[in-house]
Amino acid sequence: MIKHETIEKNVGLMAVLIILVISGGGLAEIVPLFFKDSTTKPIEGMRTYTALELEGRDIYIREGCHVCHTQMVRPFRAETERYGHFSTANEHVWEHPFLWGSKRTGPDLARVGGRYSDDWQRAHLYNPRDVVPTSKMPSYPWLFERQLSGAQTGQKMETLRTLGVPFTDEQIANARSDVQGKYEIDALVAYLQALGKTHSNYSTR
Amino acid sequence: MSAFWSAWISIITLGVIFGCTWLLFATRKGQKYNETTEETVGHAFDGIEELDNPLPKWWFQMFVATVIFGLVYLLLYPGLGNFKGLLGWTSTGQWEEEMQYAEKHYAPVFERFAQLSIEELHQPANAEGLRIGQRLFANNCSVCHGVGGVGAYGFPNLTNNDWLYGGTEENIKTTLVQGRNGAMPAWGDVLGEDGIRDMSHYVLSLANREHDAESASRAQPQFAALCAACHMPDGTGMHALGAPNLTNDIWLYGGSFEQIAHTLRHGRFGVMPAFGGQLSDDQIHLITAYVKSLSK
Repeated sequence: MIKHETIEKNVGLMAVLIILVISGGGLAEIVPLFFKDSTTKPIEGMRTYTALELEGRDIYIREGCHVCHTQMVRPFRAETERYGHFSTANEHVWEHPFLWGSKRTGPDLARVGGRYSDDWQRAHLYNPRDVVPTSKMPSYPWLFERQLSGAQTGQKMETLRTLGVPFTDEQIANARSDVQGKYEIDALVAYLQALGKTHSNYSTR
Repeated sequence: MSAFWSAWISIITLGVIFGCTWLLFATRKGQKYNETTEETVGHAFDGIEELDNPLPKWWFQMFVATVIFGLVYLLLYPGLGNFKGLLGWTSTGQWEEEMQYAEKHYAPVFERFAQLSIEELHQPANAEGLRIGQRLFANNCSVCHGVGGVGAYGFPNLTNNDWLYGGTEENIKTTLVQGRNGAMPAWGDVLGEDGIRDMSHYVLSLANREHDAESASRAQPQFAALCAACHMPDGTGMHALGAPNLTNDIWLYGGSFEQIAHTLRHGRFGVMPAFGGQLSDDQIHLITAYVKSLSK
């Protein structure tokens, strides 16, 4: 019989046993996901983000929207009634990084695209209390002043392409002119309106 | 999942559980529960010695209990590769059950109100239906149209009986199901700055607001040529196109000279999103009844 004394006094043996125990969870729960179709193949008919939507996504990350908003509708009726069909892994295979979030101070945004008009989104981002008096979301007025140069948009797309997002050469070539001179608010609203709308497999009812 | 990954998951999961169990028993040295000894681990620091006692009984038993819990869990629920678990539970299955339960309990309620006309829904006897409509409105519509439907700048007031796209039951349902896309073109390039000024005064005159009569009269021919096609020659608007009535002093984008000039210069493209994909016909029916009740 092995004695705990033996383990305690042999750092190497203890390290091996610890690694064995804690790697078990990752090996069983995470590794197989890299080889499953449902987690590695995009959902049917999914399109990539446009250059403007991609810039909007980066603004979404920069402003920390994912800190208060999730993009993950869980399979509970209370959520699907409000937000639409529950999220599935194959909707997120082109997301680098994914923006599922882990805390909902505001509502889930996985399928917010088309829910509100562009005008509403702009008014709401400028000052949320102009349209929702009880809102505690911060205002983002600087998005209306700052313009995009598009200098790095093409490179971002190329980088994402090495990670498996199928941007076309044409999209990358036009990326700069697609976003140059647009305001950050245009990009963010374009991104919000694309959420849940990059494929049409799920009815939102 | 392929057989390989199924086996991979099962072997690792059970291997870790049984490995921990083996470690737990193997290091117990055959000591009895709560048996205290004078034996030390053999070293002392500044006169402090570490006794070599076994794990407390409750702790040891808790370890064993978690192992048993884990194994029972894996037997009942899907955890070992392709093994579905004895309960046959899935997260989507649970969701479908919830949906069926809701359908069973709420469908008859909606069905009862779906058979009633809008007028009947406005009767006090059917107040419950209107209350459901009110809550659906609060959840889906109030972010733009306001809690009481009074609207906001750029978002129509629903309480004043002035309708951009018509106020019949059919009109409202079409608006809700299909959404609406307003399209007031930008006239800045066509009219020029002087033309914009004159037309703004003309629009003010239509609503009997304070205006420069001379300036307004200069814009009259152009109103007939450019604007009347949608807003009608007398400025009373057209529901089919969502062209607002300009004569009733109700303004979606403000009725000051500057605001009217801005609308003329840059156009307006108000959008009502389509809710046909999210709300059922019965829900749309109750929201319609509620919206109609706001302007009675």
